[in-house]
Amino acid sequence: MHYPIGLLFDLHASNTALPWNITVHFKNFPEKDLLHCHSKDVIEAHFMACIKEADALKHKSQVINEMQKKDHKQLWMGLQNDKFEQFWAINRKLMEYIPEDSGFRYIPFRIYQATTERPFIQKLFRPVAPGGQLHTLGDLLKEVCPTAITPEDDEKTIQVMIHGIEPMLETPIQWLSEHMSYPDNFLHISIIPRPTD
Amino acid sequence: MAMPSSLLWAVDIFGRVYTLATTGQYWELCKDGQLEFKRVSAVKQCCWGIACDHQVYTYVFSSDVPIRYQEETYENQRWNPVGGFCEKLMPSDRWQWSDVSGLKHQQLDSFTLPSPHWEWESDWYVDENIGGEPTEKGGWTYAIDFPATYTKDKKWNSCVRRRRWIRYRRYKSRDTWAKIISLEDPSQLPDPFNDISIGGWEITDEPAGRLSVWAVSLQGRVWYREDVCHHNPEGSLWSLVATPGEVVQISCGPYDLLWATLWEGQAIVREGIDRNNPHGISWTVVESPGSENGIMHVAVGVNVVWAVTKDRKVWFRRGVNSHNPCGTSWIEMVGEMMMVNVGLNDQVWGIACDDRAIYFRQGVTPSELSGKTWKAIVSGRESDRSQTGSSTSLLSAGCFFSDEVRDQANSIIQSDGDISSDTESPRVPPNHADAPLSGAAISSNENNADSQKEVGAHLAVDSLDSAQEEANSTSSSSEKAGLEKPESSVDQDTHPAELQWTNIDLKEAHKNPVLTSSTFRETSSVSSLGLFPVGIEEPYGTDEHPFWAWVSGGGCLVDLHSPLKWFTIQTGLSSSVQSLSLSITPAQTAAWRKQIFQQLSERTKRELENFRHYEQAVEQSVWVKTGTLQWWRSWKPHKWMDVRVALEQFTGSDGVRDSILFIYYMHHEEKKYIHVFLNEVTILVEVLNDSKHSFALYTPERTKQRWPIRLAAATEQEMHDWLALLSMSCCESRRIQGPPSHHAVWSVTCKGDIFVSEPSPELEAAPHLIPCDQMFWRQIGGHLRLIECNSQGIVWGIGYDHTTWVYTGGYGGGFIQGLASSADNIYMQSDVKCVYIYENQRWNPVTGYSSRGLPTDRYMWSDASGLQECTKVNTKPPSPQWSWVSDWYIDFNVSGGTDREGWQYAADFPASYHGHKTMKDFVRRRRWVSPFPESSNEDAPTARTEEGMDQLQSFAFYGGVPNLFFVLIHLATIKRETGK
Repeated sequence: MHYPIGLLFDLHASNTALPWNITVHFKNFPEKDLLHCHSKDVIEAHFMACIKEADALKHKSQVINEMQKKDHKQLWMGLQNDKFEQFWAINRKLMEYIPEDSGFRYIPFRIYQATTERPFIQKLFRPVAPGGQLHTLGDLLKEVCPTAITPEDDEKTIQVMIHGIEPMLETPIQWLSEHMSYPDNFLHISIIPRPTD
Repeated sequence: MAMPSSLLWAVDIFGRVYTLATTGQYWELCKDGQLEFKRVSAVKQCCWGIACDHQVYTYVFSSDVPIRYQEETYENQRWNPVGGFCEKLMPSDRWQWSDVSGLKHQQLDSFTLPSPHWEWESDWYVDENIGGEPTEKGGWTYAIDFPATYTKDKKWNSCVRRRRWIRYRRYKSRDTWAKIISLEDPSQLPDPFNDISIGGWEITDEPAGRLSVWAVSLQGRVWYREDVCHHNPEGSLWSLVATPGEVVQISCGPYDLLWATLWEGQAIVREGIDRNNPHGISWTVVESPGSENGIMHVAVGVNVVWAVTKDRKVWFRRGVNSHNPCGTSWIEMVGEMMMVNVGLNDQVWGIACDDRAIYFRQGVTPSELSGKTWKAIVSGRESDRSQTGSSTSLLSAGCFFSDEVRDQANSIIQSDGDISSDTESPRVPPNHADAPLSGAAISSNENNADSQKEVGAHLAVDSLDSAQEEANSTSSSSEKAGLEKPESSVDQDTHPAELQWTNIDLKEAHKNPVLTSSTFRETSSVSSLGLFPVGIEEPYGTDEHPFWAWVSGGGCLVDLHSPLKWFTIQTGLSSSVQSLSLSITPAQTAAWRKQIFQQLSERTKRELENFRHYEQAVEQSVWVKTGTLQWWRSWKPHKWMDVRVALEQFTGSDGVRDSILFIYYMHHEEKKYIHVFLNEVTILVEVLNDSKHSFALYTPERTKQRWPIRLAAATEQEMHDWLALLSMSCCESRRIQGPPSHHAVWSVTCKGDIFVSEPSPELEAAPHLIPCDQMFWRQIGGHLRLIECNSQGIVWGIGYDHTTWVYTGGYGGGFIQGLASSADNIYMQSDVKCVYIYENQRWNPVTGYSSRGLPTDRYMWSDASGLQECTKVNTKPPSPQWSWVSDWYIDFNVSGGTDREGWQYAADFPASYHGHKTMKDFVRRRRWVSPFPESSNEDAPTARTEEGMDQLQSFAFYGGVPNLFFVLIHLATIKRETGK
């Protein structure tokens, strides 16, 4: 499974000194562990598959399916050429929802834990409670990954990171999904041990 | 320093017209500030606009070329037997006064000036030149009858004659708004105007300065102004162009693109515009991007169309070109704009909805017409330096928005103008006592007729001082940057634009007089990230920057290589962070949100702060030229060895190019290299010896060591290629471009090559003087023996043949031509240099004078000093650009005189020589001379002084030059001529 580089940083290096030293391997690709993308087309397909999966969760794939091939292409080209505007012009539509719903159908998210062997947690989670109340990041963690929640009295031993920052647990998950998702439209949340000073 | 300045025009919401120069930092109020405008459309030579009286005005820049027009009429006479040629014509004849064809009656007094913007240059006079040849007797030409072939000689059968009267009129309303007055029948007059767009100057060259001027009237009709060209800047009349619906707005590109928007929300595209038919033929309808939101505004360039829909979204039209003016499909762009405008080179400006700031589209290139991002222009207005503008602007805003024409408006703006010019003086830093500079700054704001260019020239006079001023103003401009950075759209819904402009005037009351610099730094860095929540911006308010209503870039040439000073430095602006702020929904001030923003900005700081000196990996482009050269190796035994050379040019994130020259060589079977940073190179010079095409490259260190890097190429062409490229790279890395400034230090080498050094402000600033070996010298084409300059940028020189030359302001030339040369002001230069060698003889009792000297004597063929052997054969031209004009001959014109054979005598070498033999003389010498002209392929930015005389203001020559007298006489003649 390929992780976005920002996520890899959060997971493995978020508290190390910058710059981040990376070892690049040109031989011995770990075929067993990672999907080997032999060409750019494969990477593109992989990326689009992620976006489609996310939209399936958010809009039952309605938005992505209504888009034209060129829009899909624009998403990819925008990402590939570091042209945010090009990307966002299309991606914005993927981030919209009908006002009556006050949110996506389900939030596309993945929770990664540096401390466990389990690759990641991905479950169905609605952004709005049946009562119309907005679910928060804390609600999400409580439901799908209770170990990430530190009881109030205890000293915090773990960090919940998205994009290198620790959002407050009170942050509405819908807002996070709209604004803090990665280009693949997933909210990648890392749970890492808090550094001991 | 060199980029010609061009102007971006804009109108603020109060109807005031401002211009922003590409080299400038501040919006300047239009010189003729009497009127308030709704729309402007600018090109290089003029600007058209619609004032709030719905009338059309044109603003023609003054230039050296007068706008004049020749009126002519013909006086016709017929011969009759009684009175000879007289005014009595036959009833079937033409009028006594007619046009050339004779079909139109035109008397002298029937000619009137077309508008109040013209004046007569002189009275009518008879044109006595026919076909370039002067005729006698009052300019008459004769013929048998009308109409026929006219000859200038009277013949026996000449029954009729005619002559031409001419009178010139001149357009006088330049640098001011001239109202376009319609002379047509009032019933045909267009209704009040609503929009205007000018362009089409690239459709055809004939007549000179032709423009397409399109206007839309309030009733939605489209009008085309006929016959607008250089000598008719107002055009002649409006002609109606039928449209399929009511038009709201129109946009005309430099070439054949013309789009307009309909009330219903579609766009219409004019087809069939070409040089024969600048009106075009027909309209094609283009639907808007979405059915619910029609097109509100279009802007076209040469190959691009941008549109804004009624929901303020910005769209780019794909696939537009000359063959397909309609394009293929719409692409949605990020950002919400009131309007967009396309200027020269398809560059794009827009006025954002939420903050009414002008944004410039970054990264628009021919291959990337849609560009990359919007960047806000944060230049302040000159008048913003004081706080006087606001109170008056409220009043004028009222006028503007009530759409009424009031005379009162004039007086208001008048007073506004006065105030802004009054407040200019504090703008000049107090410690700054440079009179011409501040004088220029002030005069430009006093609505004088000083052209923009002139001011630029004044400012350039003193680069040291202006640099100093820049330094002085940096702190204040950074403050401005902090304040004026348009706020992100965080609060767009809570603060609609209409509300904001009223804030302007409320703002006055609670101005923050003192803000510590640390606060500023924080504010500006935060706002440049564009993501700080509402909280922080409240204390400063959002209304310090101008609110714009219209922008026109049709005359604005943005040079991609010269950075604009319109923007604050936005280091570390990651686009993802920036855009995040664009999509934030409003009214969320919860703690979690603030915390996210704070953390993000901290994160950005952490990630970027310490790495600012790293070049950006993505933005940077590397360009390499490699080749094989020979290198004069640095270890003994010195000799030429083959090396591989690579010049790596890279562009840093700040857009400045820098280069490194690598020289790879083998030493003891081992690959090694040396490298030179080109920004350390102080001079590049051609070295001509061993018939190798070689050059030397000096750095301060190598100058100390007296060991430059010497490289040789196989051919002269190859060497020049390298020299030109290296020279250009050196200049780029030192940010030197264009012609030398007025402060430049000029020098000539002993070979006659001309070098220029730009003094930096530190050059003479104690206690850190720049050692002269660190000055950077660049070669300017041309060839001179002596050069002299003054602080006004006047540079004169003397060639080896004693011709005087004056510098024309060009640059490049010679081998640099084509790469970084100016387009004009480069002329051929030729020079003749005389080489003298001396034939020395000693007297001996047996043979008399002979070429056998004593062993201690000088060479029998030598230079003047006797130290160098110079025979006729081994004396060579100093460079391949020189060639011998004639063979060697004896020079009799030697100081001290010669005898008949050219000999000079002396008691011994070296001594004083005289022209006659005496008893005491034992040696003699004579001088041989051979002139060689520099080959004529040398192009130089110099002109013979005879041609450049009118540039002469003052000059000074000194120095112990032989034949200086001759030169001075020569100059004196010129001076006299100029004095006339």
